[in-house]
Amino acid sequence: MSWEPRPTPEITPETKRYWSAAADETLLVRECGDCGLVHHYPRAYCPDCFSDDVNWREATGTGTVYSYSVTRTMSGWPDDDLPLIVAYVELDDGPRMLTNLDCDPEALDIGTRVEVRFVSLESADAAIPVFVPLEE
Amino acid sequence: MATQSPVYIAGAYEHPTREAPEKSTMQLHAEVARGALEDANLEKDSIDAYFTAGMPEYESGLTPLIMADYLGLDVSYADTTDFGGSSYISHVGHAVAAIRNGTCDVALITLAGRPRSRGQATGSGAREIRTTQDSFERIYGATNIGMYGMAAQRHMHEYGTTPEQLAEIRVAASHHAQFNEHAMYQDPVTVDDVVSSRVVADPLHLLDCCVISDGGGALLVVSEDVRSRLEHECVEVLGHGESIGHHQAGRIDLTRTAARESGSRAFDEAGLDPTDVDYASIYDSFTITVLEAIEDLGFCAKGDGGSFVEGGALKAPNGELPFNTDGGGLCSNHPANRGGMTKVIEAVRQLRGDANDEVQVDADIALAHGTGGSIGTRHGAATVVLGGEDR
Repeated sequence: MSWEPRPTPEITPETKRYWSAAADETLLVRECGDCGLVHHYPRAYCPDCFSDDVNWREATGTGTVYSYSVTRTMSGWPDDDLPLIVAYVELDDGPRMLTNLDCDPEALDIGTRVEVRFVSLESADAAIPVFVPLEE
Repeated sequence: MATQSPVYIAGAYEHPTREAPEKSTMQLHAEVARGALEDANLEKDSIDAYFTAGMPEYESGLTPLIMADYLGLDVSYADTTDFGGSSYISHVGHAVAAIRNGTCDVALITLAGRPRSRGQATGSGAREIRTTQDSFERIYGATNIGMYGMAAQRHMHEYGTTPEQLAEIRVAASHHAQFNEHAMYQDPVTVDDVVSSRVVADPLHLLDCCVISDGGGALLVVSEDVRSRLEHECVEVLGHGESIGHHQAGRIDLTRTAARESGSRAFDEAGLDPTDVDYASIYDSFTITVLEAIEDLGFCAKGDGGSFVEGGALKAPNGELPFNTDGGGLCSNHPANRGGMTKVIEAVRQLRGDANDEVQVDADIALAHGTGGSIGTRHGAATVVLGGEDR
């Protein structure tokens, strides 16, 4: 299964590494070498201390559902991707990351433990991180 | 502040249309500008400052230039601060500052848009990838209502807020809308009507969402010198505050908004506090937007918004905090998907005694608050505290 026809990211010099790592099934976050902040979405400067000593770090790939909402109909969105679950997952590395949850909405709650999965892009060397409930 | 010269809103006009297939957006801007001038009894030539925000259909059109051109304005000051729906409340504050600075005397603020005629539906969202954030948000189908749905879900989780409590906000708005002949939805609804309407994005129902309407509005903000030459009642701008809420580098808190900062700044400037407010216009893109703003503005403690709105607190004229007496964005009007303008206009009506009779509050102090953008990602918050001249 590929991500298209859903909207695809614009891959820039600032974010290229993130997307190509995802194509290799690795979720990256950025960590500040000065203040230690781990942030997401990836930026060239630390959004806390403005240091440019920010480094890529492999995330654990696990986290907890911070919040979610289930959209049942959405014009222009592929039918087989509905209902769509939009969520913030609080990564075990720290930041809250906007994403999709690929699961039965009934099997889900705030606090549910989840882990990352990747849906490949056909149009670029990239994949989209989404999350599924963790098999405990 | 006592040491600052008073600045007034001398004119306010809301376009009566809710659907304008035969008009251009620029034409609507002109119509509301003319309406505000008539309301203020001022001539067009007196305008020396112009404020408006971006217009979706003219994304790259250099908004202040194309609008000053179209309207034929000769201004010494222009501002197109774009905080989404809260922009026009920011513009009031910026106009006050420019007037106090001596840069201008008569500031025109306009809003107009035609999302209804352009066929926008609730739950639809922009899909273009333009900003860095879009590549990490819009790719996931993050619609506006989905993002506000997440805020509501988290608020319910942390504070036990219920769908029925959110519904009370729509119930109060619809109670007011029945007296507004221009409101899109004039029939009062019950809590049960709201919670049994279609779920658009959990936990928000169709009736938790604002209307989609064409239309617009305009304001004229004037100096003390100009006000002294006018005979009708004006409204004094007592305080203004604004703030931007965002991801906080991955620490976003969906239960709080930047109203906490914008409200406290506005109250500080006015030398007042929430207990002084007789009437509040609170931006109501969704019911949860109102609930979080009520808490963050200090009308109740964080987390108590649900119990606060139960039992009719928001209903005019006798509720504890009468709100959105025109029916608000939930029932009456949400021109251009930007509700800040109509919030100021209804607050002005309340202070001048021009609200509909059944919902007229005995108001000396009013507040207008806007939340623009999305509390699910990033949003502008702008608050003004306004005073009647006979207070």
